Formats: sequence, C-alpha cells, structure tokens
Amino acid sequence: MRPEDVGATLNLRGLTPWRLKRSIILGFKSIWMRKLRSLLTALGIVFGVCSVISMLAIGEGASYEAQQQIKDLGSQNIIIQSVKPTNNSSAGEQTRSLVLEYGLTLRDLIQIQATVPGVNVVVPNRRIKDFIWFQSNSVDATAVGTVAWYPEMRSRKMVKGRFFTQVESDSRTNVCVLTQKLAKQLFPLHSPVGKTVRMRTSYFRVIGIMEDQVDATKVDDSSGTNPIESGSGEGLEMFIPITVLKDHFGDVLIKYRSGSFEAEKVELHEVTVQVEHSDQVVASSKAIKSILDRNHTDQDYKITVPLELLKRAERTKQIFNIVLGSIAAISLIVGGIGIMNIMLATVTERTREIGIRRALGAKKNDIVLQFLIETILLSGIGGLIGVGLGISIPQLISHFAGMKTIIQFWAPTVAFSISVLIGIVFGIYPALRAAAMSPVDALRHE
Amino acid sequence: MSRETIIELQNVEKHYQMGPDLVKALNCINLKIYAGDYISILGPSGGGKSTLLNVLGCLDQPTLGTYLLEGHDVSSMDDDDLSQIRGKRLGFIFQSYNLIQQLDVLENIEVPMFYRGVTEADSREVAAHLAEKVGLGKRMHHKPTELSGGQQQRVAIARALANDPAVILADEATGNLDSKSGGDILQIFDELNEEGKTLIMITHDEGMADRTPRVIRLKDGQIVHDERKEVFR
Ligand SMILES: Nc1ncnc2c1ncn2[C@@H]1O[C@H](COP(=O)(O)OP(=O)(O)OP(=O)(O)O)[C@@H](O)[C@H]1O
Ligand SMILES: [Mg+2]
Repeated sequence: MRPEDVGATLNLRGLTPWRLKRSIILGFKSIWMRKLRSLLTALGIVFGVCSVISMLAIGEGASYEAQQQIKDLGSQNIIIQSVKPTNNSSAGEQTRSLVLEYGLTLRDLIQIQATVPGVNVVVPNRRIKDFIWFQSNSVDATAVGTVAWYPEMRSRKMVKGRFFTQVESDSRTNVCVLTQKLAKQLFPLHSPVGKTVRMRTSYFRVIGIMEDQVDATKVDDSSGTNPIESGSGEGLEMFIPITVLKDHFGDVLIKYRSGSFEAEKVELHEVTVQVEHSDQVVASSKAIKSILDRNHTDQDYKITVPLELLKRAERTKQIFNIVLGSIAAISLIVGGIGIMNIMLATVTERTREIGIRRALGAKKNDIVLQFLIETILLSGIGGLIGVGLGISIPQLISHFAGMKTIIQFWAPTVAFSISVLIGIVFGIYPALRAAAMSPVDALRHE
Repeated sequence: MSRETIIELQNVEKHYQMGPDLVKALNCINLKIYAGDYISILGPSGGGKSTLLNVLGCLDQPTLGTYLLEGHDVSSMDDDDLSQIRGKRLGFIFQSYNLIQQLDVLENIEVPMFYRGVTEADSREVAAHLAEKVGLGKRMHHKPTELSGGQQQRVAIARALANDPAVILADEATGNLDSKSGGDILQIFDELNEEGKTLIMITHDEGMADRTPRVIRLKDGQIVHDERKEVFR
C-alpha cells in the first residue's frame, strides 16, 4: 500500500454513545491482547508526561521559595547595607588610623529622610558578632541592635513570646529575642523565654523566639562582601534594642584575626527604608543612591530593592518555563512519533482483521474510528500512568531531598490533555491508511 | 421456475493489468441466481472462481458489466453503500475461517450486528442462539485459538448468518478441514438450504458438488458449464 492511497476521511456523524462505548471496549481488548507492546508503546508518553509534571513542580517550588524570600523583604522596602570596601584606595587612610571606619552613618539616614519624598519608616540595625552564653553553653552568634517595628517591616513572625517594644527601647531595657535556630542551640533542654543570656559582660532576658528566615538580600550577592560574615553563624541572631547595643558595646568592633587586632567602626550595618507605594521604590532607590554617592567616596554600601529582585526572579522563571516547555514538547512529540510508528506496524499486521471487518459491513469510517480510538486509548493510558508518576515523583523528591515542589492543579490536566491530543494527531494517519485499503486486498493479506 | 431472482450478472468482466498483459479474470459472465439456490462453483485453479465470488460478495467491483443484487445496481454504488450491503445482505465464509483473534465466539458472531447498529442486548441474544444452532453452545466464551478448525468454521457460519443475509458465499469453506469436519460443515450448509437460504460455494471436490442441485464450472474466466440436477440426500 502506498501513502497516496489514503483516500479515507474521518467523519464523526455515525458515532453514537453506545457505539463509542463498544469501540472503546474493543480498543481495550486489542490493547490488552498485545500487553507488552502496548506498554512499550505508551512508555514514551508516560515519561514525557511524567517529566513535564515533575519538572514543572520542581521549578515552581524553587521559584516559589525564592519569591517568598524576596517578598519577606517587603515590596515597598529598600534595603541598604554597609559593605567593607574592597578597593585599596583607602589603604593609606587605614595605616594612619588603626580603626577602619566605613559604612552607613546616622547622617546618611537623616539626609535620606529629609530629601527623598515618600519615605515612611526607617529601620536601622547594627550587628556585633560574639559568643552568647547560657550557663556553660555558648554559641558564636550575632547580636542585632534594631527598632521595635523590625519584625513588621521584614515580615518576620514570632513563634513564642513577643518582640521588644518602643518603651523598652527608649528605657534601654536589657531584653532580647532569639531566632529559632539560636534558641535551639543555646537551649537544647530548657524553654528559653524568661531565661537570661550573656554576651561579653552584658546580660539579656529572653522575651521571645522569632521564626528563622533565609536572607534573600544575598540572592544577587556574588561578591561575598556582606558585612555579616556568612557561614555556620548564619541565622544565629539575637535581637536587642539598638539603644541597648550602643550603650553596651560602643561604636568600634574589635576583631582578633591571625595574630593582629583589627578594629572597625560601623555606625549602622543595615537600614531598611520603606516608601509609601511599591511603584516608588525604583525612583526612591535612585535618589538614595545619589545621596549616598555624595557622602561616600568608597563603595562601602549596597542597595537591594526586593521588588526588582522579584521582577528579575519572575523573568528567570519565564525563561525557565519556556525552556521547560520546549523540552516537554520535544519529548511528547518523540513519544507521539513512537506511537505512530507502532500503530502503522499494527495496521499492517492487522490488515486481515481490517479486511474481515470490511467484509462484515464496516465502513471506512468505522475502521478509521476504531484505530483512532485505539491510539487515543494507548496515549491516554500512557498519559494517566504519566500523571500518576508525575504526581508521586515530586513528593518523593520533597520527602527525600527536602526540596520544595509545587504541583499546580492545571499541570496534570494539561499534560493529560496533551497526551490525548497526541493520540489524535499521531493516530489519524495510521487510521486513515487502515481504512484506505480495499477489502479484497486486505483479505488477501497474509 | 417462478422463484424470484436475487442476483443477476450481465456481461460482467474483471480485468487485471499484469505488466504489459491484460488478464481477464472474468470474461463476459452472464448469470442469474434465484432465491433458495444451492450452487457449487468448480473449475481449475486460476479459473476465476474467487474473483467471481468477490464480485458477487461486493468485495470487488467488476471492470465492465452490470451487477444487480435484489434489483439494485451494485456496480454504481459508493463504498459506504457497498459496506452496508455486505453487512446486511451477504454472509461470507472463508477457507481460513477469518475470525477476529481478540474476540471470543459470541463477540465474533456479533461483529456484523455491531456494524448494522443492533443494540447490545439484542445482538447478544441472536449470537447465543446462532452459537447453539451451529453446536457451539458450550464454547461461547472461548477465543478462536482455543477452538479446532471445524469449530472455528462453525463460528464463521454463525457469523455469516447473524444479519439474516439474502445470500451466503463460501470460498473453499472445507479446504482446510479433514473429511469428518468438512462433512459436518456441509451438513450445516444442507440444512441451511433446506430452511430456504441461498448458498453459493466454491469447491475443488467433485463429491461435494454432487450434493448441490446446481453446478457452475469456470475456466479461463468464462462459465463453461451451468447445470441443474435432482439431488438425493
Ligand atoms: N489482484 C490480482 N491482481 C492480478 N491478477 C489477479 C488478481 N486476483 C486474481 N488475479 C488473476 O485472476 C485469475 C483468477 O484468479 P482467482 O483467484 O479467481 O482463481 P481461482 O479460480 O479462485 O483459483 P484457485 O482455485 O487457485 O483459488 C488468475 O489468473 C489470477 O492470477
Ligand atoms: Mg480461489
């Protein structure tokens, strides 16, 4: 038979529900008769659908986590951090003065508040890295001096107790809030709230525990010049009123490093500026940059705009989705071609059956429908198995690799529909070829 | 004879182009077949028997001439109409049984009724009745591979009867069977004819031809002999 013999067409007029039902049963019988081959044929679709769903779930989970971290920073916020200058232009200065002075100052802050319009709330913070003690237990952690509205601005939730208040800050009360991670390490056995911890010579009463959070300002930080040393100490934080921090630890930080003392003076490690509307953040961040550029000759600060990070993350996700979509499309098309190949072989193999059916009264259209339904069933079954696997694999990944995965409700639906569509697209040609044979020729076929 | 004419062939020819040669597989056939006829077609191999039966069975269209089946001109019908006629008015029995392997006995008998649009319940009932009639009442749910050749051919007969056709066409129906099973099949044919069915069968066996009242002999695509005789069974 030559391809140009395909003179049959598909016509759905004669397809009554009971006829469809019996054709589907018949299709299942034919598929069941060739179990192994059917399974192998459908495998392409199974893997295609499964990989589409699981890749989408992994990608969605990853980008959700990134976006969540960025959102936690606040879409109306601009975060300015002090950065230890890396260029050596200040080297001469450093030899003159033993104390390396850099970073944001209160003067910057006042100027920003006075000149940039729409600036609402400002959250400064200072950090000191040292050991925090409870009884004989100590953890190398960071004391963060900040203001009472810090948790609200950075969307951090309390898991136990409360954050300190404005009154406590003004009256310079020695209270502190620990992150969950720090609390766990410092108090493996006790309940921390109400206990007293020590840093250097100062004592602080624990009034609350705060949930851990990944620091998303490091998302685009490739230089590694973050003022807070990252590493094992990350997330081990004790929050105290900034007034208390200044009183107890002063302005100069002294570090002992490889045989020599190194002193740094940083007034503010980080300032969070909140503007009234999120559409102002880009303009305001530019204004802030020009102010800071005037005050600082060294590049000793870094501005992070969470909203821009968010937009960038969304763009990345779009590109990711396009790449993913192409891979998925290719794998499904390959699966479809596999099905078509087998269906063509099946048609040749079942030429005699086609002849018998034609002799017994089947119209061309009946033959087309029968083979088309069979192909759709095959790819549909493959699609279903693929959906099953595609839903379970992300869960296994979440369970064993600890990665967050999100299966969106439409992903399995769309993947399954595509597999059925592939059955139609790649089934139509073999079905038309099956119907195009003349009954005598088909019956003569061995 | 005053019986009604079921089939009429007028100057029917079937040509095949084999390279440069034109093969006339059927050459000017004129033939009338009446209701209740029981006919053997004999002739040497390549004489055109199968070709004639395929034309009669509407599986193939004649190159020239007119074919009237129950008064309708088949030679001018389109493919869908031919399919319908095959399903409703004709029953086929082949040398190699030609059952559908993935279906059991009942389901095979039901196939022509499915294409005619008979409801499932009705076709079940008819199929069961026919299976009983050909002596397969205890084998209704067996697959073709679980049946002997004779049993398979009886399923094919039941299937050919499913839509109560006007004519039953059999191409060497006993050709693959031993004489015992073949005899059983012919026994069924005889009974069907006694019930009034029209049967046309191709055979190579002169002994079988003796059982039928009408014998047609084909040679080189032409009818060389068409006789009617008294038969005693
Ligand atoms: N599809 C075809 N293409 C070409 N020639 C054909 C075709 N079908 C049949 N013929 C030729 O037509 C002639 C009659 O063939 P047919 O099959 O009718 O013979 P037959 O009487 O049934 O023979 P046998 O007893 O062997 O079955 C033969 O010469 C054969 O070669
Ligand atoms: Mg023959």
